[in-house]
Amino acid sequence: MKDDKYLNLFNQTEWCDISSRIIKTEKEDVERALLREGKGGLEDFITLISPIAGEYYLESLASLSNLLTKQRFGKAIRLFAPMYLSNECNNVCDYCGFSLGNAIPRKTLTPVEILKDAGILRKMGFEHVLLVTGESARVVDVKYIGEALQLLRPHFSNLSIEVQPLYQNEYEELIEKGLHSVFVYQETYNRESYSKHHKKGKKRNFDWRLETPDRLGRAKIKKMGLGCLYGLTEDWRTDAYFAAQHLQYLEKKYWQTTYSMSFPRLRPCHGDSEPEVTLKDRDLVQLLCTFRIFSHELELSISTRESPAFRDNVLPLGITTMSAGSKTNPGGYANEEDSLEQFEISDDRTPKDICSMLRKYNYDPVWKDWDSAYDQIQTTSPKKVSASQSRESTAIFI
Amino acid sequence: MIEQTTDHLVVGGKTFNSRVFIGTGKFSSGLALSDVVKASGTEMVTVAMKRANPMSEHDSILKHLQDQKIQLLPNTSGVRNAKEAIFVAQMAREALQTNWLKLEIHPDPKYLMPDPTETLIATKELVKDGFIVLPYCHADPVLCKQLEDAGSAAVMPLGSPIGSNKGLESREFLRIIIEQVQIPVVVDAGIGKPSHSSEAFEMGADAVLINTAIAVAKDPIGMSIAFSLSAKAGRAGFLSGLGSSRNRASATSPLTGFLK
Repeated sequence: MKDDKYLNLFNQTEWCDISSRIIKTEKEDVERALLREGKGGLEDFITLISPIAGEYYLESLASLSNLLTKQRFGKAIRLFAPMYLSNECNNVCDYCGFSLGNAIPRKTLTPVEILKDAGILRKMGFEHVLLVTGESARVVDVKYIGEALQLLRPHFSNLSIEVQPLYQNEYEELIEKGLHSVFVYQETYNRESYSKHHKKGKKRNFDWRLETPDRLGRAKIKKMGLGCLYGLTEDWRTDAYFAAQHLQYLEKKYWQTTYSMSFPRLRPCHGDSEPEVTLKDRDLVQLLCTFRIFSHELELSISTRESPAFRDNVLPLGITTMSAGSKTNPGGYANEEDSLEQFEISDDRTPKDICSMLRKYNYDPVWKDWDSAYDQIQTTSPKKVSASQSRESTAIFI
Repeated sequence: MIEQTTDHLVVGGKTFNSRVFIGTGKFSSGLALSDVVKASGTEMVTVAMKRANPMSEHDSILKHLQDQKIQLLPNTSGVRNAKEAIFVAQMAREALQTNWLKLEIHPDPKYLMPDPTETLIATKELVKDGFIVLPYCHADPVLCKQLEDAGSAAVMPLGSPIGSNKGLESREFLRIIIEQVQIPVVVDAGIGKPSHSSEAFEMGADAVLINTAIAVAKDPIGMSIAFSLSAKAGRAGFLSGLGSSRNRASATSPLTGFLK
């Protein structure tokens, strides 16, 4: 019988079993998996994420990943910008700058402030914007998020959110208002570690978060983003396996949805804990390449948490999407003050610099890869819609 | 001898000298695309409406195609059903001032498989609305006949999955389509090298559409020229009457030689 939610499959899979199979991988297994180029599914994921694959076959992984990415995505990198709407949060998480206990000024953008940031991002050229908040359902509720989407809809081609997990009907409501994709990271698939780092608040509920992608799939979201926060759990290879298992389950069940995967490494912030483990650069490269070989169509993004040199170097290894000129504090584009940020940016190059870098490496910076009209089909008369034209006529930036 | 000058492709009442159509999605820059269009001699170039941004300085496709002597073929990539496709087609007509359309409906973002039912529904509606429709579809002979009956200007069956470079995995079905369909057959998707393209033309295909194989080549201009030549060679081979291949050798001493 097919599982009706990922939680069932997850509960049937033993962490220690996967972990031990990863460790027991031998060189011959890696060579066979490389020849299969991803056709071996999760079994080959176990092989390619193993320490032995990382130690002896990293160049082969990188070379295959590069080939598969070029084949599917060509020489194009999609650009987006995060827009932080609020740093209010009711959770206590020991790794996050927005954690409830942290003595930082709290800020939630007003409609005027949202439009100010939007105007700056539009001038930079952004068409794809990710709206980010902390998790405070009292201050930043579905109504607030919906209003922000409606406010920004005329000005951008593609709107995504990264907010607290919501109910299916709430996602449906936001999709009607122009929401295209949702990013919801499990942070870690290890229950003990999850419990240790998420000390208070609704985020402590591991199962509620784990079931979020199922709710999104049922709401028929067009794209969803998954990922772990690498550094929360020492055995990061097994953590990655569960992210891959989750992805595979979702791809088969909600087959009309597009998926993306992110690879944030834990970095210093206003939280109070050190990472359980710090992923080395070569570990992160192995992660990226293993996911690309596992899913040739998966969108992979690399965060501005990473240094400019590292971001440039991993570009050909599987990356399809990049943020640029990011600010991780509410109103950060309009104000110079960085004191409210969620995490420190390592790559602070401007979007213009990022474009020059992409061109230098022979990549086309793609600002627009969606049209807002595609998200408005249910509610708008076709004859009247042309995204760029409607934007021109309603340009009210402050 | 084949008179190349008289062997034109006619689609939707318009005559084309080149039988290679080019997709624009995966190039490293608008300039690289523009160079390829010039070098290949292509006269039909398809652009995804989701990428098109005619009013933006950041548009890296349309502005590089403006001065070229080509037919712009907007496509509906990204839509998941007929309703969305019709909507995007109308948007394309308004924004790009053309009624030409490559109809692509793939609800499955993983393998980008075309939806046959929705494609047929959308084709019927769009033809009625005055569009010149070139639908991307499976290599399904019955579907291609139905698309022809619905008024398509051409059919664009796949050789193998988009971006796979696997060549004409669907060749047996393409052969039937080419035999039965009375409108141009444009083999789309999966053509990874010039020999694949030649094979399509030798079978009698009227045109091919190439994107990945040219865009990600080490030398895209060189590759586009190679595809252009392969199209001419394959087409000339087809028109000259190819000998049939056999699995067995012919006996040099005929078994019926004793019959006088």
